This record gives sequence, C-alpha cells and structure tokens, in this order.
Amino acid sequence: MDRESILKKYEANLSNILYIMHDLQDNNPERYLSKEDIKVCADYLNVPYSYVHSVASFYTMYSLKPRGKNIIRLCESPPCHLMGAQSLLDYLKGALKVDVGGTTKDGMFTLELTSCLGACGVAPAMMLNEEMFGNLTPEKVDAILGERRKQI
Amino acid sequence: MNLVRNHLLISIDAGTIMAGARAVEKALVEEIDRQGLSGEIAVLETGSIGVTGQGVVIVVYPEGLYYANVTPQDAHELVEEHLLKGRPVKRLMMTEMPKQHVIRKERTGLLKEQPRIVLRNSGIIDPENIDEYIAESGYEAIERAFTKLSPAGVIQEMKDSGLMGRGGAAFTTGMKWDFASKAPGDVKYIICNADEGEPGTFKDRLILEGDPHKLIEGMMIAGYAVGATKGFVYIRGEYALSIERLEKAIAQARQYGILGDNILESGFSFDVEVMKGAGAYVCGEETALIESLEGKRGHPRNKPPYPVTEGLWGKPTVVNNVETLANVPEIIRNGAAWYRGYGTDKCPGTKVYTIIGNVATPGLIEAEMGTTLRDIIYEYAGGIKDGKKFKGALVGGAAGAFMGPEMLDAQMDFVNLREYAAVLGSGAILVMDDSADIVGMLKSVLHFFKHESCGHCVPCRLGTSQLVKIIDKIADGKGKNGDIEKLVKVSEVMRDTSFCPLGQSPILPISSSLKFFKDEIFGRVTG
Repeated sequence: MDRESILKKYEANLSNILYIMHDLQDNNPERYLSKEDIKVCADYLNVPYSYVHSVASFYTMYSLKPRGKNIIRLCESPPCHLMGAQSLLDYLKGALKVDVGGTTKDGMFTLELTSCLGACGVAPAMMLNEEMFGNLTPEKVDAILGERRKQI
Repeated sequence: MNLVRNHLLISIDAGTIMAGARAVEKALVEEIDRQGLSGEIAVLETGSIGVTGQGVVIVVYPEGLYYANVTPQDAHELVEEHLLKGRPVKRLMMTEMPKQHVIRKERTGLLKEQPRIVLRNSGIIDPENIDEYIAESGYEAIERAFTKLSPAGVIQEMKDSGLMGRGGAAFTTGMKWDFASKAPGDVKYIICNADEGEPGTFKDRLILEGDPHKLIEGMMIAGYAVGATKGFVYIRGEYALSIERLEKAIAQARQYGILGDNILESGFSFDVEVMKGAGAYVCGEETALIESLEGKRGHPRNKPPYPVTEGLWGKPTVVNNVETLANVPEIIRNGAAWYRGYGTDKCPGTKVYTIIGNVATPGLIEAEMGTTLRDIIYEYAGGIKDGKKFKGALVGGAAGAFMGPEMLDAQMDFVNLREYAAVLGSGAILVMDDSADIVGMLKSVLHFFKHESCGHCVPCRLGTSQLVKIIDKIADGKGKNGDIEKLVKVSEVMRDTSFCPLGQSPILPISSSLKFFKDEIFGRVTG
C-alpha cells in the first residue's frame, strides 16, 4: 500500500497518530519508521517533523532504524526471568550471532527484548512478529527459527 | 430439526492459539463431519477456560469433561472414542479441573458452588456472539439502570457496593463517578484502561478475550451515571486478539442498537471506540494514558487537577480498569447488598488473580477478597510444582511486594495487605520455589523499571539507572559493604521525589525482599 492510502484511512487528527505510525511501520519492508514515513505523517497531521519523531521514539513498538523481516521480542520481565529467560536470551544471541537490537546479516531476524507480554502462564515467552510463542526451550527456538528460514 | 447431543467448547485465547487451537478446531470439525456426526455435535468457540500452560483445552458437554494438550492428531481418536462410542479418552483428560466457581474465603458449608462474578461468562459463552451474552442476562443491567435507577441512583448503588478500582490503586469507584458527574461541563468521557502491563498480569486480556460485551455494558453504565456519551478503550498494542474481539463486539452492539443514539428509547446515547497503544508501561498511569490518547508522548500529568475534573481534552473523565468495569453490570443487576455478600467488610467482592511461576497449575482464578495466599496456592493452583517447598511470592507485579512464608496466612485484600506494607496491586501472584534466586528476581524487577521509566522526571530517570547498576554489581558477586543500603536509600529518595507512581514503586520490591530474605541478599555482598 502506498503512504497516501494509509493516511487517507484516518482523519487528520492528532489522536490518530499512533494508528498512523503503526500502519506506516507495518507497511515499510524494513519494518521501521523511515524519515520519509515520519515526514508524511507530520505533514498530514500538520505538526513539525520533530514532534512525530519525539512521539515515535517514546513508544517501544516503533523503531527508528531498519529491522529484519522477522522481529523477535523476548520477554525479560520477572515471570519469564524466573522460568529461564536469561539463558534463552544467551541462546538466541548465539544462534542468531547478534546482540540485543541487532539484525542478522541476511536480514531475516532482529532480536529485541520486551516487557511483560501477558503470556506468563507459558513463560518463558516471546513474540515473533504478531505471533506469540511460549514454554520456550532451545530446541523449540531452533524449530521456530528453522521454520521461518524456510519461508523466504 | 436436529437435536445437538454434545457441545464441544474449544478455548480460543492468546495462549491456546499459541498452542495451535485453530488447527485443532479445524481437525475436530472435519473429523466430526467425516464420521457423519455434524448434525449431532456442535463445536463452539469460547474464551479462556482459566487454564494456562496446558496447550489446547476443550470441554465436552453435557459431561463437563475437560481435555488438555489436544493436538490435531488426537481429533480422530476423540471423535471416534468419546463422541461416537461414548468412551472418554483417558490419556487426554485433565486431572485438575479448572475453577469455574468463585473461591470462598472460608469453607462456608454451602453445598452449591457460587458462580463467578467477573469471569461469569468466560470460558462458557462465545465471546464473538452478542446473543450468547444477552442470553446470560447480558445488557439487563443497563436496562435496569434506565428504568429503575436514575444516574444518581446508579452512583449511590456503586457507592453502597464498596467496589474499589481493580487496577491497583483501589480508589472507590462510586466516589470517582460522583466527582465526575458533579464536575461542570457538557462533554464528559469514560476511558477503560486496558493497557495491562504489570509483569505477571494477564487478567484484563482474558476478560477482554472471554467476555467483551460485559466491558461495553460496564462502560455504558458509567457513561449513564456521569453523563458521558463517548467511551474509549485503550488497549496495549500487543493484545491483538483482545482488540479484534472488542471491535467485533462493538460492531454487534451498534447493529443491535445497544450502542448509538437514543439507546432502548431511553434518550441516552453512547458509543465506544478502541485505541491501540504502542508499548509503554507508564501509559497504565491514568494521566499518561490520556496524553497518549491525545496523540502525545505518554508523560504523566501534574495532579491535581485530577481526570475527573480535567481529563481527556480537558474534559471531566472517568478512567477505570477493565476488571473494575466488568464488575459493574453484576452490581447494577443484582444490587449492592448482594455484592457485599462477597469479600470483606472494607473490601467487598472478588479479585481476579493470575497465578504463575513454580506452581503445579498456573492460571486465572477469581477468589473472594480476603482469601489467604495459602489457599490460593495450595487449594487452587495445585501447590508448588514437583513437590518443592514454597520460598516466596511476588504479589502485585513489579510494583508489588515480595512475601515470604510468614505471609501465607495473611488475608489478601487491598486494605489488609497495607498493614503488612504489601499490596494486592493488579492481582499477579508469581510463586517461587526454594530454588529461586531472590537477587536475580530483584535484578529483573529493577531492570524492568529502568526500561519503562519514561524519562520525564529526574529522580526516576537517574534513579532507575542507579538501582540497576547497584543490583547488577551485587548479582555479579562484586557487591561491596554499603551497596544494599545505597539501594534502599536511592529508592527512598525516588519514592519521595518522583513525579508518578512508576518512580515511587521500586521501594516496595526492594524493602519487602529485604524484609523476608535479608540473609540471602546480604550473603551476596562479599565485602
């Protein structure tokens, strides 16, 4: 979808800014808000570029730098910590050869940390794009990553 | 006409979807069709049945038999053995039944179990079908409010019920509504705070997924009482299924004329809109949430003025938690006196808990206010997993307090726990067995606050960073004498000087962990 049609879905009303940014980011193949994305949003809502940038940088669901095709958000809150999130993080870093916030060389995965996802009954948990995964073990993580690598 | 002899309820919530519930549902429907039973057996979707961590869960009625960890491969055996031949499949049967009744604070000797209040319909009705909600007395409360009670009468009923806000702050709901109704202004708003982010809490998500119409009705009653015609539900962006179900419910209610202009010929108009958040814990604070709704960074506002006089776009605004609003239709339909039959004198009603961590059966329960921690853990969560010993619990999320074994018999309610310098908070109970590392847990809690500090005020922005530096040192075995005292001192300054509850909270987990696990924590400081 082009940016114009995304904007047209919403009234040019400041209270729609989070929705507009969600859509622009989802629409960007690099899964982030580019300078161009921020600019069209600012123009449409008739606010300065810096205003949109400041709102985007406040919320963790928006990224201001390019990301991979698949965004992994591992929960690091106390319930997941109790059930072994730390060793899982070490495992993910090793398996993907990236640090937190990094993207794999092939552009397939970005590794992020998140606060509680509300999936504590199946801790440790993570989100991969819009999908949740729980009761994670290194074997399960391998299977999930392998599955994604196949879907090119 | 076909007579359906068996109903198969499949729990479709975020947790079971994760475990493959949609594939299981498809396999069951296909198998039932293949065996020529589609006229006799109905497969129905419902919200959370209250079980988590046990894969895909289904219930077969009229037997009331629960199956867990069901996979698509099991569909053939389930249909052929149970539904065709009448022989339940033992290997998939759940051993611990989920609690579909309200947990009483003491054994009352009543033979009949009391139905739940907040979770009355969760895991029973199809949340995507308004008719099922209506069939369970849904939207009767708003009708009663219109025909038998004036707006002032609704507020009086709420005050009499003694309902306190279930988001954690425990302010009396009737009082809040009263303030907003008396605030001058023609335009007023109702906001439902569904920005659930307190670690360990997922009750609001399951209420939204399991019974979205109850929330809509609660908001309508609030609107009628204070004179608001517009409501917003602010849901965290990660809760995709909650957003989808609530939007469906709103569309159905509009279609039925339950939302819109001149509802049920009462002259009262009300509509609800969903607003999706974008990942900021601080937006659970009501004024930060309002800022976010207005399209700004989610910084908390100065109080006073409180939202009840100056809230969204400067208008009088009521902000209530999901669980609070889900109590409202039950109170208005059954009356305040009925409601006071539950809970304690100072804290009537029930509380929805999410109980997780090292317990045998983690999940979602609804217990009377005043139920002890011991009962919740041992009677309703199956005790500690793998026969280990109870070490402690973190109650109320990150902004909550640690409790040691000494607290097992404390009555859990908002008022009573204050006497122990503990809090009920959001109702998250994270149970730890004797292998848990308290310093590691505290580290995780303090990292959480650092990550979520919004940066608006100095004590919280710098304080959370300092707390993380100190606890990391201690956790790495490099702690020095005096470090723990520094941890306490910094969190005290933050409590006294931070702008909003986020910065005021770290003192709770720090001081409570030292109260119950002092030797262990000091043992980690080498000198």
